[in-house]
Amino acid sequence: MYLTDMSHNNSTSGWEEKVVKFFKEQLKEKDARTVPSLNDVPLHYLKPNSLVKFRCFIQDMFDPEFYMGAYETVDPSSKAKMMQCGKYKDVAECSVDFHSSNTVNAERQTFYCVPVPGESPYASESQGRVVPSTSYAPSRQKRSYEDDDDMDTHPQKQREPNSGNCGGSLKRQETEAPSSQAASASHLDLNFPLPGEKGPSCLVKVYEDWDSFKLNDMLEVYGILSVSPVLSVLADEKETSSSLLDPTDSMETAAEQRVHCPPASLVPRLHLVHSQRLLHNNPLMPLTVMEQNTAFLSSTLSEMAAVRAELLTYFTHVLLGDTLAAEYLILHLISNVYNRRDVLPLGKFTLNLSGCPTVGSYTERLYHIIQQLVPSSFYLGMTLQNLNQMRLVPKKDYVANRLVSGALQVPKNTSLFLDETRLEQGQLDTAGVHNVTALGNLISWQKVDYDFNFHQMEFPCNVNVLVTSEGRSLLPSDCQIHLQPQIPPSQIEEYLSSLHVPSDSSSQVNKFRIFLGVARLLDYSISDEVTKSVEDDFVDMRKDDPQSVSAEDLHRMLVVARLLSLSLGQTTLCRDSWMRAKHIEMQRKTRVEQQKCVNGNEP
Amino acid sequence: MAMPTSPGTDLLSPAAPQDTSLLSSPRPSVLPPDVDMSSPLMYGTPIRGTPARQRPDLGSVRKAPQVDLQSEQPVSDATVGSEPSGGQRLVIWGTDVNVNICKEKFQRFVQRFVDPTSTEDENAGLDLNEPLYSQKLEEISVVGDPVLNVNCRHLQSFDAELYRQLVSYPQEVIPTFDMAINDLFFDRFPDSFLEYQIQVRPYNALKTRNMRSLNPEDIDQLITISGMVIRTSQLIPEMQEAFFQCSICGASARVEVDRGRIAEPAACRHCNVSHSMALIHNRSLFSDKQMVKIQESPEDMPAGQTPHTIVVYAHNDLVDKVQPGDRINITGIYRAVPMRANPLQSSVKSVYKTHIDVIHFRKTDEKRLHGLDEDAEQKLFTEDRVQSLKELSLKPDVYERLASALAPSIYEHEDIKKGILLQLFGGSRKDFSQTGRGHFRAEVNILLCGDPGTSKSQLLQYVYNLVPRGQYTSGKGSSAVGLTAYVMKDPETRQLVLQTGALVLSDNGICCIDEFDKMSDNTRSVLHEVMEQQTLSIAKQHVILALPVSVPHRVRPSPCPSRTVSVPHRVLPSPCPLCLFLRFDLIFLMLDPQDEAYDRRLAHHLVSLYYHGEEQMEEEFLDMSVLKDYIAYARTYISPRLSEEASQALIEAYVDMRKIGSGRGMVSAYPRQLESLIRLSEAHAKVRFSERVETIDVEEAKRLHREALKQSATDPRTGFVDISILTTGMSATARKRKEEVAQALKKMIQTKARTPAMKYQQLLEELRAQSETAVTKELFDEALRALADEDYLTVTGKTVRLLA
Repeated sequence: MYLTDMSHNNSTSGWEEKVVKFFKEQLKEKDARTVPSLNDVPLHYLKPNSLVKFRCFIQDMFDPEFYMGAYETVDPSSKAKMMQCGKYKDVAECSVDFHSSNTVNAERQTFYCVPVPGESPYASESQGRVVPSTSYAPSRQKRSYEDDDDMDTHPQKQREPNSGNCGGSLKRQETEAPSSQAASASHLDLNFPLPGEKGPSCLVKVYEDWDSFKLNDMLEVYGILSVSPVLSVLADEKETSSSLLDPTDSMETAAEQRVHCPPASLVPRLHLVHSQRLLHNNPLMPLTVMEQNTAFLSSTLSEMAAVRAELLTYFTHVLLGDTLAAEYLILHLISNVYNRRDVLPLGKFTLNLSGCPTVGSYTERLYHIIQQLVPSSFYLGMTLQNLNQMRLVPKKDYVANRLVSGALQVPKNTSLFLDETRLEQGQLDTAGVHNVTALGNLISWQKVDYDFNFHQMEFPCNVNVLVTSEGRSLLPSDCQIHLQPQIPPSQIEEYLSSLHVPSDSSSQVNKFRIFLGVARLLDYSISDEVTKSVEDDFVDMRKDDPQSVSAEDLHRMLVVARLLSLSLGQTTLCRDSWMRAKHIEMQRKTRVEQQKCVNGNEP
Repeated sequence: MAMPTSPGTDLLSPAAPQDTSLLSSPRPSVLPPDVDMSSPLMYGTPIRGTPARQRPDLGSVRKAPQVDLQSEQPVSDATVGSEPSGGQRLVIWGTDVNVNICKEKFQRFVQRFVDPTSTEDENAGLDLNEPLYSQKLEEISVVGDPVLNVNCRHLQSFDAELYRQLVSYPQEVIPTFDMAINDLFFDRFPDSFLEYQIQVRPYNALKTRNMRSLNPEDIDQLITISGMVIRTSQLIPEMQEAFFQCSICGASARVEVDRGRIAEPAACRHCNVSHSMALIHNRSLFSDKQMVKIQESPEDMPAGQTPHTIVVYAHNDLVDKVQPGDRINITGIYRAVPMRANPLQSSVKSVYKTHIDVIHFRKTDEKRLHGLDEDAEQKLFTEDRVQSLKELSLKPDVYERLASALAPSIYEHEDIKKGILLQLFGGSRKDFSQTGRGHFRAEVNILLCGDPGTSKSQLLQYVYNLVPRGQYTSGKGSSAVGLTAYVMKDPETRQLVLQTGALVLSDNGICCIDEFDKMSDNTRSVLHEVMEQQTLSIAKQHVILALPVSVPHRVRPSPCPSRTVSVPHRVLPSPCPLCLFLRFDLIFLMLDPQDEAYDRRLAHHLVSLYYHGEEQMEEEFLDMSVLKDYIAYARTYISPRLSEEASQALIEAYVDMRKIGSGRGMVSAYPRQLESLIRLSEAHAKVRFSERVETIDVEEAKRLHREALKQSATDPRTGFVDISILTTGMSATARKRKEEVAQALKKMIQTKARTPAMKYQQLLEELRAQSETAVTKELFDEALRALADEDYLTVTGKTVRLLA
């Protein structure tokens, strides 16, 4: 599927649409699987100017750029003019006639994309496995041997003699081995939202309809890989040969240069042909909207209740025998902001799991288990150092003209695990206070105010926040449950060491993963009848004791009822689920009350 | 930086109208410089001793290729064939601009254009019935600042064709305008002295765009965009003209910089020695240049995207006109430069660099300094929008509609929403500074308190999201400096910088303070000045001297703090000082009414909120953007004045309010309340888009004020409204305890012998002995007072006497 030549041949009008349409058609069929993915094939194994795919996350959006959509070249020797197409390419032909009246200018937009942050190992690996690795790697290997042969005789950066194809046709050399890649990456900040991430980042050039893309979208991008070393060379030489002659160059700071024109060997360019927004990054579920996949949906729905029971047993085991907490943990993991009413996010369900034992790094173990089950997650130990020093909120760096990412810039449905048992005594500084405020905002309003220096900009998000703490959390939460271990404290440590962590690929774990993924995407409604009875219930409850049930409680009960129904695979609320929701809420409340009595100084 | 007088090598060299040099300057090899000397139009040369000044904003980047005069002729004839004077029916190459016609038209515009309805502050002091720009010329002759700003909208209404040419070919038309205006000026004021010739600076091109809608078609056109300055560079000297001297014979040559390049003469033209020309820096010409980065204003951006930025080049006197953080409208020419082909490289990046050469800056927030609350022009309302807003304002129930559109997800609390709505509109600004009382506050402050879980925070969040300059802060954890401003060392530059706090940032917006009760008293006291005087003083030891910016800032926030944890007894518990409370125009209690019908409606509302029933959707007939525009429009254009009847009604209302309490020796209204009433009536008139405050406005203000008071300041004992209760507030348990003690005391007295007088101390000790819980002296006093209020006994000094 190498299409560089193709775009030259049909430079008649309308070809662009046809090309895109052709690829869309092709990709709809099973062909998409055979396209090599930038996520798991090292860059130096991919052929330049070929079609690749990339599952990514839009971290930043650069300014739109104007390029020569079509231009004329003059052959220096024959003076023959020839129209060329500049679309899907970074570099233009050698002898461009800048004064030609046939030049067509066009606009395209650049997005800076990184691999999906916080992706669990199983999610990123198994998606890679979809591509049968044998289909391209050996053949590619072969080609490169050939290349090596004739490359050896040429000096570096030699152009291919065929000037009709010089748009980035410089052959990549095997000398650009992974080792050099890693070494040079160290001085270039690739701006991953979460610390410790790695993977290729990419500049995706979008040619149409770029307004429909949003920051923090998860995408699967199909596009033409462009790694022409010319791009890097242009960037390098600026620093030496520039300033006096071309005043426009000297304006850009070196930092900006580095960000916007990083070496192509590190940050390849991808010229987008087709893209698909990902509703989720769970590799075990079909990508398309649920309704279209009735077969998959009905088979999973019928199993939901059974899987739920299994999961409940498992979580009970994990949560030291506390079934109620296990129940709430399930509800939390399938929560999802499904709508917003003016400022109010609906469907969020932040859980504060208090009373966590501090022995045997219990919270870390809990996180590792959750990480195994959800597609993306992030563990944030609320240590003083983390709070004071970590960058949670993305901030615009005007010198480099980019959005410096922060840990709260994550795709939707990421599980954020806040470990408050790691809190220690000390003082929060200004940054720390801001960070705590940001976390509070995230939990209460599901939004993050990105710092644009002169103003803030609000970005809605959809993050499942789980707070583990000893006492009540200092952060707000929708629901607090105090863990009641059924194990005597003396044996907890022993129990923990025997805690069963699911092995990576067992069928049970996969069932859990699908369960959590599907429950989150289900549609949900509530019939007039049940509405009526819910209203009646509320009025009744208030009648007995108006203080006991507030509007806030009703809010929460509605969410619990919704999540409970969904976890059972029911897409409408029935009376039973409502009663059950009420019941577990009551249980939870009594437990919280009890806890208050035990340590009377709690607020 | 004056131009040299040798005309042939000027940037905008003297040109006949048919000459192309306006468009692209002649390269010496192609067009000998002396060719144009015979031209009748000596643009760029001194007119009566006043030198012209280069305009790098127009010509620093010229892409258009050379034009051959001969080949150009037929084109021009075809284009403007109908023009009478045969010799001048030529147009500038590539355009349809005929310089002479263009000049005449512009002169006519300057001499004749009248705009009687002009409201711009630049035109203050001018006679609006006289030709506007003629007066401005006069001004120039007096002031000596040779810049004429021309509003493109005026030009468009006067001559649409000329306007079109200006927008399409600014690079050619603006120099023509310059020529025209200078001819005109020096004809009228032959003796005036100017530093250099007048430059025309058009602004407000109707083709105003936001940054996002710029596209390749706008290249080389005149555009106006709005944005915010985020970075300015150092001053850059840009070479305009290089001066070469032959090292052998000393002959000199001037070479103009073309697109950033200098064509170095290969050989001396005088002695024909090759490679003998050397660049003399000191005799070359430079102009000032500055790179300014503009970012989209947050309002223009679609949700979920990051703001775009664009590079702007400011030249000459426009350098350093703007600072980072300024909101500006810029008018300029949009440029695209292809990436330079690198001689070492065979391929080039097929990308253009774009920037704007600025012609005119206009700060949009500058006006706020003048105290005019107009975001005008920046917030351009389309005519359709204005029409629909006006239609909306004519509806009889507009007030109710708007109120219900406010935070539709929050159930009921109609009066509170109305109060907030009036706050958003605000009163009319009054200025009594001449009589020494300074400005009167026009902003409405609101305090919300109430039971926990009554969505106060949510309401605040909504308000914060609705207004353009809203600030949201929590009383918990905010400090006085966090609200005002503080000085800190910038970690990178090591310079002291003033960091603004929430109140400053919400200038002209709304500052929402959540958890007001958790704020320390110290912090709260900061609010006094802000809320009443609407000013903010900052003093930071000696640092203030170093930072002239930190002298008192004018802020006009309307804090609407919330959430004092209220108790069912409807009395505020917090020991908030009275003076602060009085600064709130409206104090609302958000309570849980606890009755069945309400519960049912609430439940219904919540359930349908979660599972969006049909009716819910219908309710939201007014979306947030309409509401936003409505408020912005009213705030900008409507400033109602009190009518005679309205003032009478206000006086009556105030007298009534005073009367309520006067009988019992309580003060139920302060003059501040009267001011609040006025503000609220004005705000209500604004809601109706009415320029006059009528009695109905006063009625509503009265009603709302009463409602708010009734909710928060009703004395539970008497049912009377009592302002002082806000300060002496007592919690329900304390009240209950007091009543218990009072009853116990009464019983004790009754059981005792019928002595009409008792010793105070003795009574206290007896009560203490009898009661199983501790009775403090204060509590005892309270109990005695309660009994005294029942007219059961009186306390005189240390004796307690029973009454009848």
